[in-house]
Amino acid sequence: MSCCGGDLAGACVEAVGDPDRLRRAEELRHAGRELPDGGTEFVLSAPSIHCGQCIVAIEDQLAKLSGIENVRVNLTLKRVTITTSPDFEEPIVLLETLDRLGYPATPVDLGDLDDLAKGQRSRELLKALAVAGFASANVMLLSVSVWSGADAATRDFFHLVSALIALPAVGYSGRVFFRSALKALSAGRLNMDVPIALAILLALAMSLYESLSGGETAYFDAALTLTFFLLIGRFLDEAMRERARSAVTALARLVSKGANVVEADGRIRYRPLDEIQPGMRLRLAAGDRLAVDARVLSGEAMIDRSLVTGESAPMLAALGTRLEAGVLNLSAPIEVEATSDAGTSFLAETQRMMEAAEVGRGRYVRIADRMARIYAPAVHLLSLVTFLGWVVITGDWYAAVYAAISVLIITCPCALGLAVPVVHVVAAGRLFEGGVMMKDGSGLERLAKISHAVFDKTGTLTTGTPRVDATTISDKDVPLALSLAAASTHPAARAVAAHYAGRSGAAIEALREEPGCGMEGTIGGMGRRLRLGRPDWVGEIADVDPRSAATLEGVAFAIEGHPIAHVTLTETLRPGAEAIVQALGKLSLSAELLSGDAERPVYRLATRLGLPAKARRAPSDKIGRIRALQEAGERVLMVGDGLNDAPSLAAGDVSMAPASACDVGRLAADFVLTQNDLSAIPETIEVARKAERLVTQNFGLAIAYNCVAVPLAMAGIVTPLIAAIAMSASSILVVANSLRLARRPSFRSKKQEPATPAFLAPEVFG
Amino acid sequence: MSLLLFLIPIALGLGALGLGAFLWSLKSGQYDDLDGAAVRILFDDEESLKRSDRRPR
Repeated sequence: MSCCGGDLAGACVEAVGDPDRLRRAEELRHAGRELPDGGTEFVLSAPSIHCGQCIVAIEDQLAKLSGIENVRVNLTLKRVTITTSPDFEEPIVLLETLDRLGYPATPVDLGDLDDLAKGQRSRELLKALAVAGFASANVMLLSVSVWSGADAATRDFFHLVSALIALPAVGYSGRVFFRSALKALSAGRLNMDVPIALAILLALAMSLYESLSGGETAYFDAALTLTFFLLIGRFLDEAMRERARSAVTALARLVSKGANVVEADGRIRYRPLDEIQPGMRLRLAAGDRLAVDARVLSGEAMIDRSLVTGESAPMLAALGTRLEAGVLNLSAPIEVEATSDAGTSFLAETQRMMEAAEVGRGRYVRIADRMARIYAPAVHLLSLVTFLGWVVITGDWYAAVYAAISVLIITCPCALGLAVPVVHVVAAGRLFEGGVMMKDGSGLERLAKISHAVFDKTGTLTTGTPRVDATTISDKDVPLALSLAAASTHPAARAVAAHYAGRSGAAIEALREEPGCGMEGTIGGMGRRLRLGRPDWVGEIADVDPRSAATLEGVAFAIEGHPIAHVTLTETLRPGAEAIVQALGKLSLSAELLSGDAERPVYRLATRLGLPAKARRAPSDKIGRIRALQEAGERVLMVGDGLNDAPSLAAGDVSMAPASACDVGRLAADFVLTQNDLSAIPETIEVARKAERLVTQNFGLAIAYNCVAVPLAMAGIVTPLIAAIAMSASSILVVANSLRLARRPSFRSKKQEPATPAFLAPEVFG
Repeated sequence: MSLLLFLIPIALGLGALGLGAFLWSLKSGQYDDLDGAAVRILFDDEESLKRSDRRPR
């Protein structure tokens, strides 16, 4: 072994003791932000914070720790912000204190938070909304005075004051529409913002001309209320998306941002991901995820590849084994040589595949944009027809322009602008209650259309942690088996230990872990060996034919010279998985299982659930299958969690990932299930379908409104008063209709049961 | 008419004051934790109140 062998052995003992603790400590150290005074700021996400008592408990208990300067709980985001003094050394204590209080927390990377804050537009929109609200209320007051009979000089004065308020207010608040309209026009397209911007600008221009020339009618109030209503829709839409984005970002990153590099002088330094070069020696401690592809140089360890390949059983890594970026070291520290840098690793490959797969989805056109494609030309055409009609019939150019502009104003898609976002916000609220995070509204639209669901196995239908199904270990041997099992971090051993939780262990000597095989020890006195692990390896010492032992599945246990005992393991199904096929069937959806795992576990699960299945599918096979389904006319929902699923999540028409998914998977998915229960999937689909119905109804209402209002405008009899009433009424009607989605009994709350998969810290949604 | 010359600026000024107050409260982070603010008012522990004065980022 290398020059730092002693050190490695020391680390080994500590790491095997509690790899989770080490990982969490490391994660927390990197998540903190250095403050100018030398202290550190941490932001922790604790999803179980839910009331005032939680705030008091957390703030008081954490403040008692030495070295803590300030603690502040944010109940809305379910986050704790902690500032520590420069001499505070053990940040892990923060997490442990929170654990003890019953608020398991994960660190939030402040770099991610900053990135998020940079992209935040909702705050800008809210300011624009406030300004538009202020201006429209005041202008409306002045307009009401004009409508109720102010005339001559007073009217002109009121119009001028209105102009002074309206022009800067629209200039500030309307920027979002103007910008988007300009962008669409310069790209040679029409979107909903083109008629909006045109109507607002023309209304202002006409009103300005009228007020300066002492005319009777001005549409300042219409221009402003339009801006105000439309901004409400924009703001809701943006706020919803940001909330989802921040919740997803708040989840701890699973892929490390760096690695411990063994330098030429034998010292170990932590280096960020972009400094890692092929050929560097890296140390991978137990509980760490590999940041780049690598080859093992020394040491042996069990490696969990479930997020990378979908395989549920851990693999033994020894000298020369190639490992992909993203695998998790389960047992002992190993040294590896990087074979790729961050840009060429398996992870980066996956990312590229995902981007390629997403191209297909980009073709989906949101329902509002589809409407705009018909609506915008229709409105412009109507307005032109009105203008020409008036010129031809009356020959009055002024009246013709006036009528044409009032057509534009009255058809301005106030209600259309609200029709979609309000429904989506209400739906997002309902889904959130049921433990589903929705990334944006387009996912909801696509979900309503699906006809076929594709599931991944490990981590999606199952939790990825095995569970003891049946055991033949005799009662008197249980303490021995338990002691062996408790000393290992291998998932199978953990399952055995968990199965016998509550029993006490027995004293075992010379306890050691044989990587890839199992645990071995001797019983005091007689010096007889005992083993718990792979059946063929256990069979070597047991009183049994080794060949028959090798055919056993699961885990075996034996005392030297005694008969072999056998433990069968099954994967733990997520709640709701058993019923999922039936529930989807009720929604007339078909389903299938595509897994990267071996045939045996896949088909066993498939038979149990009644799903057609395919095993050993590489990411490209999964994409191929989804493409084939899509070509056959199916709309595919992909549900998966791993890195190996990320490209297919992007390829599916719509996708869902459990919160335990790798971050690439979560980012690729349209919906993230924050709870263990899979019954949220059919419920989400139902909400999506209801939302689609409501959106269609809203469009119907908006069109009906136009059918009444447009003829009036074309006839030139729309006064500013009629315009104000008609536009507000249609908007209110649409909002009221959308709220019906919230009135239906929301699906049962499962807040009491946050999902906490074995290897992952609890997740966060706020 | 001359009355209006006083009243309108006063009305607009009051409205602008409200708008300014909203924008200020938005900027100073008072909308960051609405649920928290709702329950914090019930705490009578002085220690908590003192700490609450300091606004996190």
